[in-house]
Amino acid sequence: MGMRKVAVVGAGMTKFMRRAQETGRELAYQATKMALDSCEMTLDDIDSVALGTAPDAFDGVHMKGEYLSDGAGAWNKPYMRCYVGGGTGVFAAIQGWYQVASGLFDTCLVVCEEKMSSCKPHPQGAFLTIFDHTTERALKPNLIWIFALEMNRYMTVHGLEKKDIARVAVKNKRNALDHPCAQVAADITVEDVLNSEVLAWPVQRLDVSPTSDGAASMVLAAEHVAKRITDKPVWIKGVGWSLDTAYWTNRDLYYPKYVESAARMAYDMAGIKEPRKEIHVVEPYDPFDYKELHHLEGLLLCEKGEAPRLTADGVTARDGDMPVCPSGGLLGVGNPIAASGIMKLNEIFWQLRGEAGKRQVPGQPRTGLAQSWGDLMQVGCVVVLGI
Amino acid sequence: MSAKIESFPGTPLSQADLDAGKVLTTYWKPKLEYGWDAGVAISRYLEELKNGRIIGIKCSRCRRVVVPPRVVCEWCWEPMNDWVYLQDTGTVNTYSICYIRWDASRAKEPQFPAVIWIDGASNAGFLHLLDEVDPDDVKIGMKVQAVWKPAEERAGSITDIEYFKPL
Repeated sequence: MGMRKVAVVGAGMTKFMRRAQETGRELAYQATKMALDSCEMTLDDIDSVALGTAPDAFDGVHMKGEYLSDGAGAWNKPYMRCYVGGGTGVFAAIQGWYQVASGLFDTCLVVCEEKMSSCKPHPQGAFLTIFDHTTERALKPNLIWIFALEMNRYMTVHGLEKKDIARVAVKNKRNALDHPCAQVAADITVEDVLNSEVLAWPVQRLDVSPTSDGAASMVLAAEHVAKRITDKPVWIKGVGWSLDTAYWTNRDLYYPKYVESAARMAYDMAGIKEPRKEIHVVEPYDPFDYKELHHLEGLLLCEKGEAPRLTADGVTARDGDMPVCPSGGLLGVGNPIAASGIMKLNEIFWQLRGEAGKRQVPGQPRTGLAQSWGDLMQVGCVVVLGI
Repeated sequence: MSAKIESFPGTPLSQADLDAGKVLTTYWKPKLEYGWDAGVAISRYLEELKNGRIIGIKCSRCRRVVVPPRVVCEWCWEPMNDWVYLQDTGTVNTYSICYIRWDASRAKEPQFPAVIWIDGASNAGFLHLLDEVDPDDVKIGMKVQAVWKPAEERAGSITDIEYFKPL
């Protein structure tokens, strides 16, 4: 297809926090500065900037992309902002990828920022416009409904119990104890999850990731530049994204077909025939514990309905055969929406370079995957990284 | 790299910081108003709800009957104009027992939001609420029927159906 090879050469992120002293612009600066410093580059070396952040209504800031541009290092540079709900982080990385893969630019900064604490009394209110204004909003829905409805459908179709799903929250919050940026790392038990407050059955308090402030950035470079910058480039081997219909009540929510479409696109590009064998470490999107399971199935990393058993058997533990969310995921590290997708890509970057410290998975992984998900349960974004 | 980094940037604020007045915060409470037009397909749908009927629409190519109706089949990209009256009964495709309101505050009495696949449509339906049901009895696959508002109170809205109850 005439595409150039693109490498990730640098990564940075802020702590993920319930409420940060810094503004969004300041957070974007901190994460981006760290990413550039990590590969000894300066802004002069950067050709373009791709930014991901939530819609303006979240922050009450008009044209938030433009507002954040200074902190993101975009002054006087070709700049674009993208948004696909929770899927934004990995989607922004894909936007950056094709700016370099196409040959248009040699280097691109990918920056994602979220400051959810500005929205009062709770950012959940900013999600209400996700529902159809005429046919749904009159019923006074709230955001948790869609997760509860999807989770119940998934559990019922596969005959699962809450404890099968709660293990994901336990695993990820424990993994996050080793992440220096984690907001809600904890050593909890399945019983704790099952005894936590019921928000919207089957969703309970500890099934859910927090709202967060934070930013994360990465530096992308074309092959000839990457080889000058680092002897450990991590290549973007494949990308994929796909969107299902917004008529979500006309779909069977037990399985995310659009995630499968995105994964197939990424696997084809990466030349991956047997994902279960060829993907060594995975960061699927886990804003709720069942979503990790749902996504592992959509990513074709196990059979439909099989992910809970893999979790129970320890296959997805950090030292298991297929480590899943060794970072601690959104459930443990936190969920500043767009930034959380880059946090996942950064984790795979560090894992493949053997630089994940206490979080390092054994076995010198060579190929990893990060995935994000969002909008009205309709978008899947996948990036496969490899060394 | 991350293994070598001692401290990551970012300054978390605690409740104590806020209580002590250490943070300057500017507030704004916007009053936004919108009026959403129903459009071609949904106008007919709402009119029929006012008449106490649920109407769907059929694609001439894939022959799928969907509800809510729309002017184009998103699968076939064919215009849709074959209107089909549906039953006011259906099957609970999924549901929740919800104790939380839109602003994350808590409710004492739960609501039962559900996706109901409507009889006569092709695995399609809409979001609504269940009632007259015990939390212990509600289940996926349950047959339900619409409970309509009295004709004189109907306004051409999805809330012309008050809720769905078990059949």
